[in-house]
Amino acid sequence: MSTLLSQSAAVIKMNIQSLPRRLWMSLAMVFASAVVVAILLAFLAMAKGFDATMQSAGSDDIAFFMRVGSAAELNSSASREQVNLIENAPGIMRDEQGPMVSAELYVIVDGVKKSSQTEANLPLRGLDQRGVTMRKGFTLVAGRMFEPGTDELIVGAGVLREFDGFDLGQEIRFGKYTWKVVGVFSAGGNVFESELWADAKVIQNLYNRGSSYQSVRARLEPGASLDAITAYLKSEPRLTHEVQTESAYFAEQGKSLAYMAMFGWVISCIMALGALAGALNTMYTSVSDRAMEIATLRAIGFSNFSAFIGTMAEAMALAVLGSLLGSLVAYIFFDGLNASTLGGSFTQVVFSFKLTPELFANGITLALIIGFVSGFFPAWRAARVPVILAFQAGR
Amino acid sequence: MSSENLFELNNVAKRFTKGKETISIFEGLNMHIKKGDFMAIMGPSGSGKTTLLNLLGGVDQPTSGEITFAGQRIDNLSESKLAKWRANNIGFIFQFYNLMPMLNAAKNVELPLLLTNLSSSERKKQVATALQLVGLSDRAKHMPSEMSGGQQQRVAIARAVVSDPTFLLCDEPTGDLDRQTADEILEMLQLLNRQFGKTIVMVTHDPSAAKFASHTVHLNKGKFVKAEELMA
Ligand SMILES: Nc1ncnc2c1ncn2[C@@H]1O[C@H](COP(=O)(O)OP(=O)(O)O)[C@@H](O)[C@H]1O
Ligand SMILES: [Mg+2]
Repeated sequence: MSTLLSQSAAVIKMNIQSLPRRLWMSLAMVFASAVVVAILLAFLAMAKGFDATMQSAGSDDIAFFMRVGSAAELNSSASREQVNLIENAPGIMRDEQGPMVSAELYVIVDGVKKSSQTEANLPLRGLDQRGVTMRKGFTLVAGRMFEPGTDELIVGAGVLREFDGFDLGQEIRFGKYTWKVVGVFSAGGNVFESELWADAKVIQNLYNRGSSYQSVRARLEPGASLDAITAYLKSEPRLTHEVQTESAYFAEQGKSLAYMAMFGWVISCIMALGALAGALNTMYTSVSDRAMEIATLRAIGFSNFSAFIGTMAEAMALAVLGSLLGSLVAYIFFDGLNASTLGGSFTQVVFSFKLTPELFANGITLALIIGFVSGFFPAWRAARVPVILAFQAGR
Repeated sequence: MSSENLFELNNVAKRFTKGKETISIFEGLNMHIKKGDFMAIMGPSGSGKTTLLNLLGGVDQPTSGEITFAGQRIDNLSESKLAKWRANNIGFIFQFYNLMPMLNAAKNVELPLLLTNLSSSERKKQVATALQLVGLSDRAKHMPSEMSGGQQQRVAIARAVVSDPTFLLCDEPTGDLDRQTADEILEMLQLLNRQFGKTIVMVTHDPSAAKFASHTVHLNKGKFVKAEELMA
C-alpha cells in the first residue's frame, strides 16, 4: 500500500516524459481544451462585465420609484404633483434644501458607434445637481458641469470611448436641437457612463414633457423601511408608483445578459464534446503507444492501479495545460475588452468584459471534466493491458 | 513435495480461446525446478516455451492444474497478489530488454526498488551495486538509446537482480545479440547462478546458449521430450 504512491509517482513521471513521442496528438488535445475554455470564458466575461456595470451603478440607500408595470425607466412617468407626494414619503432624508429627491427624465437619442459606424440608441438623462450628487463615484474628468437652463450636456466616459462626435467642446445635433458638450464624467465604470446628462428642465421643454418626469430617486435615511414607503404609496390614490432600492433595480437589469452566460455554456459544452472525442483518441493512442512499457512494469510487479493513475494523470495534465492556455488567451484578448450592447431600456450600455477567479475556475472545471472523461476509459484499458505482452515484443 | 523444489507443476493445462476456437498448448504437464538450478528450455518455435515461462513467472494463469512456488500455490492468486508475488520473487529478462526508453540506466535499474520500502539513499546504493555487478557503473546516466544491445541487456539484468529475487526468468535473453555479446551475457547469468545462488530458467532456441545452463529440457508441441526425439 505504501508503495502505491511511489509507484504511481514514478509511472506518472515516465508518462509525462514519454509525451514528446506523441507530441502532435497531445498538443491537439491541449489546443482543443484551450479553445473550449477560451470560448466559455469569453461569454462568461461578457455576461459578468455587463452584470458588474449594472450592479455597481445601484446604491442600497437610494429608493427608486417607477410607475407600476414599467420594466425600465424609459417606460415610467411621474407628474410634478406625484414627485411632490413622493417627497413626503416616510424615511426620505432631508437637508437644508429639503427632501433629497431627484426627479429625472430619460429620453433616447441617436449616436454613431465608432466600431461599426452604425446608429445606436443612447440615453439622454435630464437631472439636476441633486441627482448628480446621488451617483456614487461621479467625477468630472474633463471640462465642467452643464449650466442649468442651457443646452449644455456632459458625456459619460463610456459614450466618449465608443461613440463618434462627443468630444469636449463639440456641438451635437439630436433631431431639431443642437447641444454643446461641456464636460466628460466618469462614474466608476458603471452604466451611468453610457449616458448623456443635461438639465431636466431644458429636456422637459425641448421634448414637450410639460412638468412631468419619468423616474424618481430618493436618498433614504439609515434604517428606513421600503415596506413603510410601499404602504404610503398604496395609501395615496394619486400615486401609481412602486419602489425598490436602486441596487435591486440594476441587479435586475444586469440579468438581461445572463442568457449570454447560458449561451456560452451551451456552445462550449457542445465544443467540449468534440474536444472530448479528440482527447479520447489521443489517450487511447497513448495507451497503445505505451502498452509494452505498461506490460513490462506490470511484470516487474507494478500494480494495475499505477497504470490507471498514470494514464489519468496524463489526460488531466493535458487538459489542465489546455485550460491554462485558454485562460491566458481569454485574459489577454477578452479581459477589459470594451463593448456596447442593448440594455434593458433599448439603449446602448457600454461595458467591458470582466474575468474573475470564479470564472477561471469554471473554465478549469470544464477542462478537468474533459480530462477526466477522456482519461478514464483509456486508463481502464491501460490497467488491463495483458502482462504477457511484455514477452511479445518484436512479434 | 520435496523441500528443495522451488517450483512444482502438477497436471497443468493451458488453453487459449479465440472466438469459438480453442487452442490447447499444454495438457497434463508436470515438472519441477530445483532450488539453485540453471535450466534451459529448448524447443521449436510455437512449442509453448514462452507460455510456460509466463506460467512460471505468474504473468499468466493455467486453465487447470496446480503451480506451487516454495510450497505456496500461485495459480489461484488474484492479479494484485500475483503482482506482489512477482515483485518479491521474480526477476525477468526479456529478449528485447524492455527498458523504459525515457529513463537512464540507473533509473531503469531502480524501478523494482520503488515497490519496496527502501529509502532513496538505500535504493541508490543497491542500484550502484547492481550496475557494478554487470560492469556498467560508468553508464549509470546513459539513456537506453545511447547503449548497444549487449549493454542494454546488462542493464536489464541489473534491473532483474537489484531487488535480490530468488528466481530469474529469461526469455531468449541472447536472441537479439551477436555471438560474442551473447556469451558475455550467458557468462553473467552463469555467475549469478553459481556465485549468487539464483535459480534460473532460460528459454532459448540456441544450442550453444543452452550449454551455459546446468541442464536442458526440450519442449515439443507442449510436451517434454528427450533431445533425441526432437532431432528425429
Ligand atoms: N495469448 C495467446 N492467445 C492465443 N494463442 C497464443 C497466445 N500466446 C501464445 N499462443 C500460441 O501458443 C503457441 C505457443 O506459443 P509460445 O509459448 O509463444 O511458443 P514459443 O515461445 O515456444 O515460440 C503458439 O501457437 C502461439 O501462437
Ligand atoms: Mg517465445
